[in-house]
Amino acid sequence: MARTTPQAGGRHERDPFLLCSFAVIVAIAVSGLLAPWISPYGAGGFEAQQILQTPSRTHLMGTDALGRDLLTRVLYGARVSMAVGIGTALIALVIGTAYGLISGFQGGNLDDFMMRIVDIFYGLPDMLIFILLSLLFGRNIGGLLVALGLVSWVRFARIARGQVLQAKKFLFVEGAKAIGASRRRIVLRHILPTIAGPLIVTLTFSIPAAILAESTLSFIGLGINDPYSAWGTSWGSLAQDGWRAMRTYPHMLFFPAAAIFLTILAFNTLGNGLRDRLDPRGK
Amino acid sequence: MLRFLFKRLFHGLAVIWVVATLTFILLRLAPGGPFDRERKLPPEVLANVEAKYHFNEPLFSQYLRYLTGVMHADLGPSYKYLDRRVNQIIAETFPTSALLGLLALVFALMLSFPAGLVAARFRNSWLDRFILLAATLGISVPHFILGALLVWLFALQLGWLQAGRWDNAASMILPAVTLGAAPAAYLAALLRSSLIEALGEDFIRTARAKGLREGAVLLQHALRNSLVPVLTVMGPLVAALVTGSFVVEYVFAIPGMGRFFITAVTDRDYPLIMGVTLVYTTLLVAANFLVDLLYLVVDPRIRVY
Repeated sequence: MARTTPQAGGRHERDPFLLCSFAVIVAIAVSGLLAPWISPYGAGGFEAQQILQTPSRTHLMGTDALGRDLLTRVLYGARVSMAVGIGTALIALVIGTAYGLISGFQGGNLDDFMMRIVDIFYGLPDMLIFILLSLLFGRNIGGLLVALGLVSWVRFARIARGQVLQAKKFLFVEGAKAIGASRRRIVLRHILPTIAGPLIVTLTFSIPAAILAESTLSFIGLGINDPYSAWGTSWGSLAQDGWRAMRTYPHMLFFPAAAIFLTILAFNTLGNGLRDRLDPRGK
Repeated sequence: MLRFLFKRLFHGLAVIWVVATLTFILLRLAPGGPFDRERKLPPEVLANVEAKYHFNEPLFSQYLRYLTGVMHADLGPSYKYLDRRVNQIIAETFPTSALLGLLALVFALMLSFPAGLVAARFRNSWLDRFILLAATLGISVPHFILGALLVWLFALQLGWLQAGRWDNAASMILPAVTLGAAPAAYLAALLRSSLIEALGEDFIRTARAKGLREGAVLLQHALRNSLVPVLTVMGPLVAALVTGSFVVEYVFAIPGMGRFFITAVTDRDYPLIMGVTLVYTTLLVAANFLVDLLYLVVDPRIRVY
């Protein structure tokens, strides 16, 4: 089957996007980590005289209905988004990869059964499962991580299984079997490294999906329900405040919305770039 | 071929059963109940309430009662709206959500097909680059942000359309565009790459060698062979429309099923949550079944089954 191959120049053309998106992600992550030190105001600072200020030199993004500096709140919000995005993706990576490796490597009836389960989860809308799970795990950052992780592992399971089925046929795997390597060793030392590329790509795409889910849930009022969290307030909750005040104070919506959009866009661009490099077979 | 369809149908029913069971278990495990109040109900009252909703029976017989109800298409009473049954609420709100989803789907298809075809036809031109960029932006923008910005621009700034209504055609434009934007972007990008792959095949060279115009090659030969990947994502696409409808109905204050689902979760109105979940699942199963049927139409090779 003829396959469209990227032209010679194609790879280098994408480099600026890849670098840019990576730089944006690092900047957002660092500003979240350093929020207590680089924020212009304290996290809990209420100023009665500074209510609903539009952006100005003293408050670059303006203030909210309680007189809190919006830039400070957006910086702290980066912690929530990054923690949820990366945490979820890692949980899903570990569960999903282990599941897919076992399923693909064992094959037979076990594989059939395990993939049936994956199929059921795969078809359902993430948000639906997630909302149902959040009833069980509660609406705090830990519960959110578990629920989101349980939703997104199926993608890794499918990819890992598919890759294992291909990798099982490679000669070096047969060679390892022939010299009597244990199954554990074959899977961990020979198969896992060869399938790492597609998994990293999936990981990169899982992070923005989790950030999107978290901010959406916070926006509709079903997200993290912990107003005094040391982590800061989710961008989704900030956007919800802004949505309510949009008629008169649109700045309250624009800045959190821009933060969410920029973060998701950066991860998606990074994912596209990585896919071109690491997983030429993927679409 | 019939066997294939029966197998898919059976699989779909199994999915509905698994979802019904899992939802039932999940909601029974969840802490806090629909009748928890700040002030505790007197024990006699609580006992009466529990008897009315059969909470005092063993869990398994509650489960059987629920499943029997589902099989008779009876989803039980709502805990929150005491005089109404879940069936009634869904019957009232489903048409609204279905209309919204349908409009969004039509918008997505009408935008993505021309965009994907143009991008593939003029590959690597500035037009192609622009469409790809727009698609990347469209995939990355969350529903609630797009919806809010559209309301801000078209309702508040320009005053062309009104927000927060759902009564005439004009009031449906913004919600449908909001819900359809991400699927449109995704489909356009998918169709483009699928077309480009098809254009590299041997039969395309044959078609060109026959002297067919490029437009005819694209529409009659490449497009039909690019439809299978597009069909494959129709199932997940319906799922995406369902998920998006929660948010869009919330943002635009549309009295649809998604909005009721969100309030049901806040109220812990378990029968309503389960009812809406089952309706969504059935919808997805039906969509996937339809996709299987369409495969047979589009790709004759699959008919061999």
